Amino acid sequence: MQLDFTEKLILPNISNLHQLSVYEENGGYQAIRKAFTMQPDAVTNEVKQSNLRGRGGACFPTGLKWTFMPKSTTADKQTEKPKYLCCNADESEPGTFKDRQIIEFNPHLLIEGILCAAYAMGIKSTYIYIRGEYYKWYKILQNAVEEAYAKNYIGEKIFGTEFSTDIVVHRGAGAYICGEESALMNSVEGKRGYPRVKPPFPAAFGLWGCPTTINNVETLCNVPHIINRGWEWFSKIGSPKHPGTILLGVSGHVNKPGVYEFPTGILLSDLIYEVCGGIPGNKKIKAVIPGGSSTMWIRGEEIDGVRMDAESLKTVGTSIGTGGVIVMDEDTDVIKVLSRIAHFYHHESCGQCTPCREGTGWMEKILHNFESSEATLEDIDLLLDVANNIEGNTICALGDAAAWPVQSVIKKFRGEFERRVRKSPKVSSSIKPPHLVFAHATP
Amino acid sequence: MLSQENLQQFERLQKFYPTKKALTLPVLWMIQEQEGWISVEAMMYVSSLLEIPVGDVYGVVTFYTMYNQQQRGKYHLQICTNISCQLRGADKLVEHACKTLNVQTEENTKDGRFTISKVECLGSCGTAPMMQMNNDFVENLSVEQLDILLNELK
Ligand SMILES: Cc1cc2nc3c(=O)[nH]c(=O)nc-3n(C[C@H](O)[C@H](O)[C@H](O)COP(=O)(O)O)c2cc1C
Ligand code: SF4
Ligand code: FES
Repeated sequence: MQLDFTEKLILPNISNLHQLSVYEENGGYQAIRKAFTMQPDAVTNEVKQSNLRGRGGACFPTGLKWTFMPKSTTADKQTEKPKYLCCNADESEPGTFKDRQIIEFNPHLLIEGILCAAYAMGIKSTYIYIRGEYYKWYKILQNAVEEAYAKNYIGEKIFGTEFSTDIVVHRGAGAYICGEESALMNSVEGKRGYPRVKPPFPAAFGLWGCPTTINNVETLCNVPHIINRGWEWFSKIGSPKHPGTILLGVSGHVNKPGVYEFPTGILLSDLIYEVCGGIPGNKKIKAVIPGGSSTMWIRGEEIDGVRMDAESLKTVGTSIGTGGVIVMDEDTDVIKVLSRIAHFYHHESCGQCTPCREGTGWMEKILHNFESSEATLEDIDLLLDVANNIEGNTICALGDAAAWPVQSVIKKFRGEFERRVRKSPKVSSSIKPPHLVFAHATP
Repeated sequence: MLSQENLQQFERLQKFYPTKKALTLPVLWMIQEQEGWISVEAMMYVSSLLEIPVGDVYGVVTFYTMYNQQQRGKYHLQICTNISCQLRGADKLVEHACKTLNVQTEENTKDGRFTISKVECLGSCGTAPMMQMNNDFVENLSVEQLDILLNELK
């Protein structure tokens, strides 16, 4: 069974692994040495064939993403634009706390992953974008980067090769939207974190208009292992279409919340009951959010047989997102939780698109009405209507992320909404079109 | 306005960014660490240091929630109230802290020692409920521990 797989690739059980010397004693910085003996394209190819998929939420194939970057040729060295890598350590999706763990316990694995990516794509500088709240982890990362610079593992002509590359740690300042790749780039450029309209995509027009790749922390941490042991070995771990180990951050109503590393495809029920020790008070599960606040909810009865990988979660209408599993017991007020989520997206909307800016606020308001039993039956459809009108009509995916939980909770827990309405003293729709309100306003 | 040490840091950082404007966030952080908040004078200073319009600096300061536009209490308790923390009793913590210190959220206590804020997920959901106190994370927080902490800091 999956649980028998004990090797941890990303978070092995080794003390003081955050120190460069300990990391090296345990085989660290061998992958980059090996990469230097290969052609850059061969490094990309290895990642591509491994089938590694991004761990930042969208599950995009990593090697394929790298091939979108323009290739360097010796002829245009002089006129060529610089290329950049952004490592996404923004980690602001509610329910997600895995990248923080990597930064704390294994920062050199991340640095080595970045070096491999930089070599593969001919990257000049990497910006690690870390959320502002992670002050302690910013210091840890900064320390690790300085250690690596001191040994010339980063900087000019690293490992005595002709290859030079820089790594800069860039602190965010409190904005969920900066995790979105184009907003992240604007933030590095010193601007407000507004998402950009795509296309052009970052590989063509990224940081300062130059080719740029954006990868999540955990994604990059898989790369050294792929280089060391080869794509075939990697592609056989876990689920074939979504291979590797994955960090799963479990929170909410479980006895042992935390970050766990397992091959993809571990049963959700095993994760909750075996690994996390079940639900406090042996209560039943009412709902599970499998991959952070923006993924669709599933009901407790649905978790049997569901595996933690992209394909299996699709069969129950949801996705793996960031692997941030949130568990809710039978006594949870799902409307209260959804209302809190709606507040989050309204608060974090950057305000550029009308459907997102207005719609998220509207959803929050309607949900508040449900919470206080002031909503009507029509409000259920109104809420769904607002969500449907946000989805797919915005510049970035924050709009979708706000709509999905609402759509799925209405679908899976419509009864809860109806029960709230029955308690409601009002009968007519509580939100009238503006002209009707004004028509009666004259004294 | 930047201290000698920070000015040197600013010089060092310049070589890692192709534009001066890119240093907006790092420089604002330096100022906030020195002064505790970002005043209008500070924004004007950043504008001239980076040779960008002051409106751009203002736009950045107001966009990001962590830049303080007013002085905060000596201890800024930012309690996470997002889902995982909510499921484990965060609302009770906020209520208790406000009652004990006799303030509303975002309001400084009269002695200037405390400010309480409700914040979004801080990436510590596995050790919920939790709060950020200045730069530190206080995890697995209970009402009792909060009381002990507030007493120690009073
Ligand atoms: C609103 C929003 C917030 C996001 N936040 C994060 C984040 O905090 N960390 C992250 O790695 N990706 C985040 N993403 C996804 C990134 O845009 C991007 O897809 C990802 O960093 C790519 O890395 P990967 O291919 O390695 O997964 C977010 C996306 C959206 C739309
Ligand atoms: S969808 Fe929302 S967050 Fe994204 S660009 Fe539009 S307004 Fe901003
Ligand atoms: S929900 Fe509170 S830290 Fe994530």
